[in-house]
Amino acid sequence: METLQSLADGFAVALTFENLLLALLGCFLGTIIGALPGLGPSNGVAILIPLAFSLGLQPTPALILLTSVYYGAMYGGRISSILLNIPGDEPALMTTLDGYPMARAGKAGEALAISGIASFVGAFFATWGLVLLAPQLVKVALLFGPAEYFALFALAFATLGGVASRNQAKAAMAAALGLGIATIGVDGQTGVPRFTFGEVHLYDGIDFLVAIVGLFALSEVFIFLEHRASGDASTQKMEIGRITPPLSMLRETAPAMARSTIIGFIAGVLPGAGASLGSFVSYSFEKRLSDKKGTFGKGDPRGVAAPEAGNNAAAGGALVPMLALGVPGSGTTAVLLAMLLALNITPGPLLFQQQPDVVWGLIAALFIGNFMLLAMNLPLVSLFVRVLLVPTRYLMPAVAMISFVGIYGISGSTFDLMVMIVFGVLGWVLRKLDVPLVPVILGVLLGDQMEKNLRRTMTIHDGDWTKLFDSWLAIGLWTFAVVGFILPLIAGRYFRPKLADSNKVEGADPD
Amino acid sequence: MSDRILGIAAVALAALYIWRGTLIEPSFMSDPLGPKAFPFIIGAVLAIAGIAVAVRPDEEPVWPGAARLLEIAMAVAVMVAYAWVLRDIGFVASTSVAAAYLSWRLGSHPVAAIIAGIVIAVGIFVVFKLILGLSLATGPWGF
Repeated sequence: METLQSLADGFAVALTFENLLLALLGCFLGTIIGALPGLGPSNGVAILIPLAFSLGLQPTPALILLTSVYYGAMYGGRISSILLNIPGDEPALMTTLDGYPMARAGKAGEALAISGIASFVGAFFATWGLVLLAPQLVKVALLFGPAEYFALFALAFATLGGVASRNQAKAAMAAALGLGIATIGVDGQTGVPRFTFGEVHLYDGIDFLVAIVGLFALSEVFIFLEHRASGDASTQKMEIGRITPPLSMLRETAPAMARSTIIGFIAGVLPGAGASLGSFVSYSFEKRLSDKKGTFGKGDPRGVAAPEAGNNAAAGGALVPMLALGVPGSGTTAVLLAMLLALNITPGPLLFQQQPDVVWGLIAALFIGNFMLLAMNLPLVSLFVRVLLVPTRYLMPAVAMISFVGIYGISGSTFDLMVMIVFGVLGWVLRKLDVPLVPVILGVLLGDQMEKNLRRTMTIHDGDWTKLFDSWLAIGLWTFAVVGFILPLIAGRYFRPKLADSNKVEGADPD
Repeated sequence: MSDRILGIAAVALAALYIWRGTLIEPSFMSDPLGPKAFPFIIGAVLAIAGIAVAVRPDEEPVWPGAARLLEIAMAVAVMVAYAWVLRDIGFVASTSVAAAYLSWRLGSHPVAAIIAGIVIAVGIFVVFKLILGLSLATGPWGF
């Protein structure tokens, strides 16, 4: 009951003219960002953060704008998957398997409609899941002391490395790299400079926004330069046809949507698994369960509905740990966390208690945004199809320049721009070497908190390391961390290779 | 081979990082753990991960040829130059050139690339500066 009351208050926040307008803008931009190959949710949100930040938006409106972009990108990714056989972003990869064959068979409109409805179902119920689950998780999180938080951060890195990446050692390396970058600058507790090499610009540390935009957005530009605009969309012919699904098709796909929503949501809540894994697991499960006539992969509507419901549900699920614990489980939620930190808001139980308007305003805005997205993605979808015609040779320079504008807007510092370029090159090299970028970002974001909690534990217990494992909660978290990291090494051999093969897009931007 | 180099580079970086860590000056006020311990843990993780990668490398990635590498190096050079002169010649002029270069290298016809560069620069200027009021670099001509 209390939850519903909070939600009602949230609607009061979200239903102001400014916030509605920002939600609409976010949904619109998000769908475009999702639809355009080469711009995914994480780098799309990444280049918008500095802009939202330097425009001086308040926390709630800024969060509404960017989370709408995030939800919108999950809808938009399917458009180019279905029409061009090129996933608009990584979570939409599985949608190509049945979406493109449907389009080839002249059923592009039906495929877009079914996937749009599936996206809505996934996102809508996942938002309800967020409403119900997040406050429960907050209650648990209130029992956390510094030792438990330290274990929780370790858990996030461990599962991220264990579940979401192909090589655990590389994920660990990426996490250490990120954490190491976070230690650059003046130490908050003693005031001594660390790893600054006497460079005054480094005393404040490396701004995580600079790192994120460089790693995600600029490295994408380098990837495109390397391959020189392979996917020139304008040469393809796109016939859409009717954008209303037959009722029989809806009835046929409804169970698939329901199952995939649940699977996707669970995949999203688990730390380390984002929307890509959500859509992958949903599709595989649905295929195993209902592909009796071997129609999957040849244009089965259920094969379009399942991954789309799955990835949208996972996107909602991934917000649960980000908001309730302050530990993001995926690339884009990490980027959203970066924005919260830039606005001096620390997510977690205290956020729910002290600034409930931010949390519930956001959640209410997500409900509203979902209906906006449904409207944009069914009747107005042809508008976005036209956006796909923008060739990457014009798009990517614009992305690069907007990245520069955003970072320059925050600090007006040439040094930051140089650092961003360095991160862009680093991101490109890491992607070539198949080192995941999300642990790097997570490390840069959480390093400070992680160290603070470790040192707080040691200060309370006067340097007794065993106190890190002194409560059942902490032991439980450490156990999960170890299992989450090691189990995929053993058991992962079964389904890991399939996921690795499906990853056509090299180091595609994470969700 | 690439992964072996990556692993060794990570170990070297870890060594450098830990060495610089030992040089952190102690402060008069300190907690039991101090500012060095956490970096040491991270350095150790980085080194272990580096060794693991070097011992068990993945498949070799497809590296681009020398021409493509030069392409990326040139783009980096243009971006560095862009950041360098941004404040001297202003946002619109520098952005036009940089965007035109990138567009040209991504496969546009030179004339189309120049037009694209100017459109991108002026477009960003109008949207972000005139409409949204963001502060962009102002050169000698005020734009």
